Amino acid sequence: MGSRGIKDAVAIVGMGCTRFGERWESSTDDLLLEAVGECLVSAGLQRDDVDAYWLGTLASGQSGLTLSRPLGVDYRPVTRVENYCATGSESFRNACYAVASGAYDRVMAVGVEKLKDSGFSGLLRSDPPSDGTASELSLTAPAAFSLLDPAYSAKYGVDPTAMREAMTHVAWKNHVNGARNPKAQFRKEVSRETIAGAPKVAGRLGIFDCSGVSDGAAAALVVRAEEAYDYTDRPIFVKALALAAGPMRGGLDPAYDFTSFPEVAHSAADAYAQAGVTDPRAQISVAEVHDCFTPTEILLMEDLGFSDRGEAWRDVLAGAFDADGRLPVNVDGGLKSFGHPVGASGLRMLYEAWLQLRGEAGSRQVDDARLALTHNLGGRPGGCVSFVSVVGSDRG
Amino acid sequence: MSADAVAPVGLLAYGAYLPAYRLGADSGVKGTRVVASFDEDATTMAVAAAADALASAPPGAEPVALWWASTTPPYLDKTNATAVHAALRLAGATPAADLVGSARSTFAGLRAAAAAGGLVVAADVRVGKPGSADERSGGDGAAAVLFGTGDVVADVLGTASATIELLDRWRDPQRTTGEQWEERFGLERLAPAVRSVAAALLGAAGLEQADHVVLTSGNAGIVKRPSAIVPGRVSTSGSPIGFAGASDPLLGLAAVLDVAAPDETVLVLSAVDGCDGLLLRTTPALLGRRSRRPVAEQSASGRPVAYPTYLAWRGLLERELPRRPEPDRPAAPPSARAGSWKFGFSGTRCRACGFLHLPPLRVCRACGAVDDMDDVSAADLDGTVATFTVDRLAFSPSPPVVDVVVDFAGGGRTTLEVADADPDAVAVGSAVDLTFRRLFTAGAVHNYFWKARVR
Repeated sequence: MGSRGIKDAVAIVGMGCTRFGERWESSTDDLLLEAVGECLVSAGLQRDDVDAYWLGTLASGQSGLTLSRPLGVDYRPVTRVENYCATGSESFRNACYAVASGAYDRVMAVGVEKLKDSGFSGLLRSDPPSDGTASELSLTAPAAFSLLDPAYSAKYGVDPTAMREAMTHVAWKNHVNGARNPKAQFRKEVSRETIAGAPKVAGRLGIFDCSGVSDGAAAALVVRAEEAYDYTDRPIFVKALALAAGPMRGGLDPAYDFTSFPEVAHSAADAYAQAGVTDPRAQISVAEVHDCFTPTEILLMEDLGFSDRGEAWRDVLAGAFDADGRLPVNVDGGLKSFGHPVGASGLRMLYEAWLQLRGEAGSRQVDDARLALTHNLGGRPGGCVSFVSVVGSDRG
Repeated sequence: MSADAVAPVGLLAYGAYLPAYRLGADSGVKGTRVVASFDEDATTMAVAAAADALASAPPGAEPVALWWASTTPPYLDKTNATAVHAALRLAGATPAADLVGSARSTFAGLRAAAAAGGLVVAADVRVGKPGSADERSGGDGAAAVLFGTGDVVADVLGTASATIELLDRWRDPQRTTGEQWEERFGLERLAPAVRSVAAALLGAAGLEQADHVVLTSGNAGIVKRPSAIVPGRVSTSGSPIGFAGASDPLLGLAAVLDVAAPDETVLVLSAVDGCDGLLLRTTPALLGRRSRRPVAEQSASGRPVAYPTYLAWRGLLERELPRRPEPDRPAAPPSARAGSWKFGFSGTRCRACGFLHLPPLRVCRACGAVDDMDDVSAADLDGTVATFTVDRLAFSPSPPVVDVVVDFAGGGRTTLEVADADPDAVAVGSAVDLTFRRLFTAGAVHNYFWKARVR
């Protein structure tokens, strides 16, 4: 494995997360101030206590000035990063390394996205000038991910009706969870009939199979692990940070069958090795994963090692990943119901891990949560970047 | 004949392309009217017709020139023939030029090619005002003829012309639909010109009558009863699909060559602003080298398009589109760098391991070899649908978009839009071939690329 990891070198001692949703009243600046402010209060710090910032946003601003201007940061380093839908995780990953290197004492990772100002449906892309031939130009994200559903059914001989029921279960579960989350975009349970009968967007994906298009921001304050208890009596410790960028072979290679994300399997193996996780099903208490579309969550259960190959659809239907199942997944509602403001999503996942590991998740609290996993993906089947983190309540 | 005498130029091959869609009764058409899809134009259809012609040409028969004729050019101030040239992967030294205006332009190309060799391809998307005769009785399509030396399917017996300045049919360059004077006026001015050209050609060839006469014209009176003007011994015909603009005379010729016997004479007459004529005599080689898809067979196939959809395709009716941004226009430098891919559908195959990359890549995805690739055209490879989806969110001039992941015989995979898509007819395992289309137009730039077509 090419990564040594920084297990237990850094800790999160404060977090903030805005309510996600159609935040017509709030600008990008407003969302940033809200998340950063909450994070500072959570860590018991003032703005000028923060030594450096990493800001993740896909398209809501360029450069570190997007954050330094609204905050009035006085000549400190602010770096803007972008890695598709894994952008928020990327800001966190870099903030952790900045602290672990010894360069800074207190670093804030921030993620923000303002999607609802465009007036369009779904995500917009800002591509460099091109020859106009890339299929991504016409194939929208739901269309790209809709390819998973028939491919998975065909490979494992799953009856399409049962596969549809498993997809419906993912959306139903994440709406049930989101209904218990005051910061979620969609706080309503939705019946299975409504989910399955919704107007189609692409392939068999209906509107309830797609994550919420939303505005939001989230932030985390990272310090050296040995100083974590100076800030809070319940810090959470970073056990693993893994990122894998694929060669985009799936779109070119007839051997790829659209039933797995190799990038996810690689990043999960790396993260488990860093964290010393040998049996994720038993050791992970709670997982936040990239449920951009319902079939994605099903496949992720296998690539993350939570289900055997070809069995995730069955485990999903059996309730294994429900809030009261053997491994609660997306207990905060996930991208599906919490919403997906791209640059903020990776940090939003960590925010739920933060609450769960500190016992602050209220009606969503998972019993005895000790180790949490977040998984964040950018791109599409056949070529993506995948991020996996493992965080824990105890320093090893 | 001396030893170094140049062999005479003759007809080496011909081809035709009719688009898949048909207007029907809901548009007021009697029978059906052949119409191009939203992603077709005079450039894309020319590629299809020319490829059909080249497929039945003798091995190694390279066009010495490309003449592209149309009354509906996608571009002005830019040569349209160059995209056809690129899609056919012709040699860089082969000249390619546009002949724009009327079916007279097609004949200008024919005269040049019949004398010195070359590929003449004519294509048109004929648009009429809603409810007009042009809309009802026109037709969209393309046809191509390849002239050169070698194993010809027809010898050239002669060409002739009569030129008249005449206000019979005309169009403001700013408009997509045109005007006509009273039909009887044009008929009476054109008919003598047709007779004189026919007489000149037959006389020079020492013939009383041609076996087959093809008489096409934008004047409805001329094509109503062609046999009353110049009868053929075996057949007398007009346009096979209604007035098809620049492609009219070539489509008529192709339809006759589909059925003509060897050693028969074919007289092609185009009555436009006078008359142009070409006289051919078929050879026994024709029997084995007819077009792969006869015009009559193409004309009889096809499927209906609803009249409102057709009107939207032609910009005559504005429809609500998905709430998505319009695509950016293709940029010139990347399009130039990727020319062999974008226009020729050429990828690269790794010399070390054989992996085929579509689009071309420099570092092998399979074995990591760097810059050790051969260029490979995949435009003629057989493809199979690995998986597919119907995208109801994507921007398209005619939603929904159907996308397929295509695996090619001998390796290689790419994702393409489906042309002439019937979402219910696409399945995993469907056989597809490739067709050159216009994905969209943005910033007045036509985004040409290849699509998959379910066979």
